[in-house]
Formats: sequence, C-alpha cells, structure tokens
Amino acid sequence: MNEITKEILKSVSDYNDGYKDAYSIRENGCGVARKSTENIKIEDKEDAPGLVIRVKPGTKGERVSIPACVTHGNIDDIVYNDFYIGEGADVLIVAGCGVHLDTGEPARHNGIHRFFLGKNSHVVYQEKHVGTGRGPGIRSIDPVTEITLDEGSELEMDSLQLGGVDKTIRKTSAVVGKEAHLIIRERILTDGEQEAVTDFVVEMNGENSGVNLISRSVAKGSSHQAYRSKIIGNAPCTGHSECDAILADNGKVDAAPELSANHEDAALIHEAAIGKIAGEQITKLRTLGLTEAEAEAKIVAGFLK
Amino acid sequence: MLKINDLTWSAPDGGRVLRGVDLEIPDNKLVVITGPNGGGKTTLAKLISGLETPDSGSIELDGTDITKLDITERAKLGISYAFQQPVRFKGITVSDLLELAAGEKLSVGEARSYLMRVGLCAREYINREVNDTLSGGEIKRIEIATVLARHSRLSIFDEPEAGIDLWSFNNLIDVFTDMRKNLNGSLIIISHQERILSIADEIVVIADGKITMQGEADKVLKCLLSDDPSCMECPKKEVHYHGGEVNE
Repeated sequence: MNEITKEILKSVSDYNDGYKDAYSIRENGCGVARKSTENIKIEDKEDAPGLVIRVKPGTKGERVSIPACVTHGNIDDIVYNDFYIGEGADVLIVAGCGVHLDTGEPARHNGIHRFFLGKNSHVVYQEKHVGTGRGPGIRSIDPVTEITLDEGSELEMDSLQLGGVDKTIRKTSAVVGKEAHLIIRERILTDGEQEAVTDFVVEMNGENSGVNLISRSVAKGSSHQAYRSKIIGNAPCTGHSECDAILADNGKVDAAPELSANHEDAALIHEAAIGKIAGEQITKLRTLGLTEAEAEAKIVAGFLK
Repeated sequence: MLKINDLTWSAPDGGRVLRGVDLEIPDNKLVVITGPNGGGKTTLAKLISGLETPDSGSIELDGTDITKLDITERAKLGISYAFQQPVRFKGITVSDLLELAAGEKLSVGEARSYLMRVGLCAREYINREVNDTLSGGEIKRIEIATVLARHSRLSIFDEPEAGIDLWSFNNLIDVFTDMRKNLNGSLIIISHQERILSIADEIVVIADGKITMQGEADKVLKCLLSDDPSCMECPKKEVHYHGGEVNE
C-alpha cells in the first residue's frame, strides 16, 4: 500500500494505520489488505472483480470498511461489491473512495455496490469521495448503488463529495419492502469545470414503506450539476425528496424530480430550491462581525455539513 | 453616546423616508423608538447598523464618525441588530449562530445560558438548525439570544414583539428588563407595544420621517396615551426633551 493511498484512506475513512473491525482496501484495481471478523465475512466475488460481504444475523455495533483508491493515471477501476445483511443486524459500512493524479492521464473508479438487507436489519452506509493531486488529468468516480430492503429494514446512506472530483455520475436505485425505510443524504460541492450527475430511482413496493432523499449541493466556478430523482409509490407509503442547491459564480444546477403514485395511499412530496446565497443571510452574519467572504464560506460550510 | 445629525434617506423609488433626523442616544439608557408604520423607524435602525447608507447627514458613536463604515465594521465596533424578521439558515445550528455572535467557541453551559435567558429549553434547541422547522416565536427568541451573546456596545431590536405569542412576549419583557438593569452600553428597541414603552428610560416618536416627540418615557407615554388632542398636535409642549431641539 503506497503513501498516497494511506493519505486518501485518512480523508475518506477513519483509517489510522489500519482498521479495528472488518475491512478490505483496494488500491489501483487490486485488493491490498483484508480482514474478516467472526460476524462479518469478506470473500472474493467469483463471477466479477469485487467482494461478497456477509454480515451474520443479529450482529450489532460492528463496522466494515471497504475503501478504494486510485493513485495514478490510466486506470479505469471497476469493482462489484455485494453486501448481504443478516436479519436483525445493525452495522456501519464505510466505502470511501479517492482518485489521485499527478499527471495528465485520466483515472476513474467505478464502484458497483449492491445491498440486500434482511428483515429488521439496520445499516448506516457512508460514502465519501475525494479527488487529490496536482495533475491536470480527469478524476472520475462513478458509484452505482443498488439497494433491496426486506421487511422492516432500514438503510441510511450518507454520501459526501466535497471537491477534487472532475466528473461523477452517481446512480442509486432501491426497492423498498414492507415497513422498510430508506434515508439518503447527499452533499456535493463542485467547482471549476467539474460535473456531477445524481440519479435516484426508488420503488416503494411494500406497505408502510418510506423514503427520504435529501440532496444539498453547491455549484461554484463554471461547474455543472444535475439532480434527477424518481420515487414510485406502488403501495401505501410515504416518500419525500428534497433538493437544495446554492449557485455561486457561474455554477449551474438542473433539478428534475419525478413522483409517480400508483396507489391511492401513496403520499409523495418533492421540494426543490435552487439559487444563490440569500443576501439577507450574508447581511445577518455581517451584523455578527463576519466579512462578506467569511459569511459566504460559513453559509456554504453549514449547508454542506 | 450615539449621535445622529440631520440624517436623510430616500427609498429606491425616490420617496423620502427620513427627512433630517437629529437624535442623541445616551449611554446606559433603554430608548424605545415608536411611531406609526412607515414612519421611518426601521430605516433609522438600518442606517445605524449600516444595512442602509444615508443620502446625507452623519452618525457618530462615542465621537467617531461611523457614517461610512460598512456593516461588518460597525458590528466590530459593537453595534448589534436584531432583525424584525429573523433570517433562517439551512445547516447552521443554533449553537453555531450563538458562537458566531459571541465571536468565540462557547461551552455548552454558556450557549445554554443565552437560550435560557430568552425562555428556550437549551437541550431542545442547541443542536437544531436555524431553518424553517422553527416557529416564528422560536426563531425570534433565538435572534434575541444572538444579540445577547454579542455583549454589544449598542444593541438594536427591531420590533421584537412581532410574530410572537403572549408567553414569549411576557418573557421578552423580562429579558429587556434584565438587560436594562445590566446595561453596559445603549439599548434601542423599536416597538409599538405599550408594555415595552413602559420599561423605557426614554421614548422617541418618529412619524413621516421626522422625530415628533422625544423625552422621558413616562411623560411621552402619558402624552401618547392621552385623549387630549392638543397633546398629540403639539407634543413638544408636553414633554421634557433630551438632546435639545427636535427637528420638525
């Protein structure tokens, strides 16, 4: 494992010369370190590059880290990771990713993660993406997340991209079962010429299922972001989608929310707000003694916190 | 002392809002500015805080001309302004806002004490975002708490009673009474409320962009509440003026 990887691991996960619980570290397309525990087994996937992670039923309070790092150009890393969460388990999954370039060649990481949550299980899934290095090459991270929630299960997904990634296409799809709940919180900051596309499709198939999608983004420089979401209510369910974006400089944001209610007891809501920082917010913080630049920075930092 | 000299301001559409205001706000006094809606009260508060720039005239704080200073510079001199309609922020918590106001990291105990002074249960609010989930009364009290946290040289409250319930209003009176007792500077409240007027040291009445009355609170309040038409027609005869001649 090279030093760049170690630095990326520190910024995208709680790496401290290793991990306490189960983990697998991927560097430039290859697994370089791995540890299973009694309750969390990590094995190679047989039909494709990637892993199968199995969490035993009833496992509580454990975590598994599966970071992936690309540290030079001319790499297009695709990995397929499947997570099987046993009935009643409650675990934390951390899947940070970083792409580092010191040259002009492009590099990409494409993590395709599938989650199968057993009955009454609960997962917090944290995904943090960064781009680093001084090279002009294009850093791309294109995560695909497919989620299947069985009865009574809940997945909370925190997705964070706070800079350095030139291009990202983030696709998340979910099928939510009876009394299952999905919560997704996404925060993205783009600057310069960066581009980010977010695409959510959630099918609410189970009675009393629920989904809450919250996206907060800031587009600075000449960057461009597109947010698409589709919530499909096929059963008595609640769905909420919220897309808030702040524009700075010449940043652009497209938001295209879509709701489809195929059941009379499907209650679906969408909220979207795009605009520059409200002048009154800056004024308020200036009355507390901040300069205009300090006020803007504080508002953006709070918005993406 | 805050001294305002011949201050004028016009709205962007050209309408004259302030028509030559002269005013002195003495130290260690609670001064309430009142008057009819549209008379120029909020404009005067914004000009003092730097949120608006006057067309002419000057503003002095402790003998220093601050007319050309911007909002931030005035805030750093110790001028605080509590908005009539407080601003909401997504992602900024009550605790964040109090720390920004105080200009330093606050202990949980310190942050709680500011919230408790405005009648909010700190445990329930300290980590809440200052966003749309807060009611009008809640955010108003948080706005007041941010001014308390600043320990300002000059604190200005713009209609603090607007949009809050009776319980909150009673609490507000206690807050201002307490501030009055422990004043280490000046306190200006813009208000229509008789109960706020009654705790003032002095009352200033602004109507149609001019100061029409100024003096000790009990005398001005008596005049304002009087049915005697002569009092309202010529209030200057009925009150003792602070700060000399008043412009008409």
